[in-house]
Amino acid sequence: MTILEAGTRAPEFKLLATPDQRLRLRELRGRPVVLAFYPADWSPVCGDQMALYNEILPEFQRFDAQIVGISVDGHWCHAAFAASRRLRFPLLADFEPKGAVAKAYGAYRDEDGTSERALFVIDRDGIIVWSFCSPVSVNPGADGILDALESMRAERAEVSS
Amino acid sequence: MTRQQGVLRPDVGADDHQDGSPDAPVTLVEYGDFQCPFCYRAHPIVMALQRQLGSQLRFVFRNFPITEIHPNALHAAEAAESVNAHAGPDAYWKMHHTIFEHQQDSPDALDDVHLVQYAAASGADPVQVELDLESGAFREKVKADFLSGVRSGVNGTPTFFINGTRFDGNWTDRGEFAGALARAAGVVLTEA
Repeated sequence: MTILEAGTRAPEFKLLATPDQRLRLRELRGRPVVLAFYPADWSPVCGDQMALYNEILPEFQRFDAQIVGISVDGHWCHAAFAASRRLRFPLLADFEPKGAVAKAYGAYRDEDGTSERALFVIDRDGIIVWSFCSPVSVNPGADGILDALESMRAERAEVSS
Repeated sequence: MTRQQGVLRPDVGADDHQDGSPDAPVTLVEYGDFQCPFCYRAHPIVMALQRQLGSQLRFVFRNFPITEIHPNALHAAEAAESVNAHAGPDAYWKMHHTIFEHQQDSPDALDDVHLVQYAAASGADPVQVELDLESGAFREKVKADFLSGVRSGVNGTPTFFINGTRFDGNWTDRGEFAGALARAAGVVLTEA
């Protein structure tokens, strides 16, 4: 399975963000969106990745970007994980049918039953402008995301000038 | 449209805390958090590598406090910067080692009272360091380190860069870590 590439329309989804609240991708239209698929809550590397994104939220906000994490964990698991890491961005539960959104993005690992560690930056119109799949054991950090947001902003500035 | 990920930027410069010669063939940069238990584990490993590689290695430390989960990490970094500014690099390294050595002593081992004591023991004026913590005099410096880490692909603490490229190997395995450094330095290691 290879992940969706730049230029592709980001597949729509509607997933639980809290026990009683679903988030649709299209609700975020008009802002850049960063989708961070990760294998699972609680594994130490994932905790690092989400804790890192949490710490650099102000950087994402400089680009008016919304970041969301997605894994196949259920929403109760996400709630406990988010509380323990004091996360201030949504974690979506790709739980039922399991991994359906990850599959739509080409980011599902059949052999493990989890998503890849895959990043997607989506523009204001819902088009993927950058994607990256990291080895599952390697936290990709945020430099690629911020580079993508930066070049998207630069291109917009060029178009409008 | 995007550059390679996991590449140090900016390069090591005059503002960095450097232990070793700029002419050393290999430079190891650590982005670390003084309150992070993994950085605590990494600290003796780095010191052993410094002994092992000797003049072949220059070690550089940049701040990457994860403040949401480590409430004392920011002040610890600011206190170390204050010591550096007022008492020089030798005092900075004393402070650096002292903070890590005491990290696990007690839950309040890195509160302001203790940080100021460590600063005094490192040769800095404790009153000055306390004032700097209150005013946030070195907050921007720490924040600049943090942002440079974000742009370099830091992915948790500690993150290491060997001659500017992120080391994704297993730093807890000293043999593997030393091997990577030796390859970068172009030397063959003998057992330390």
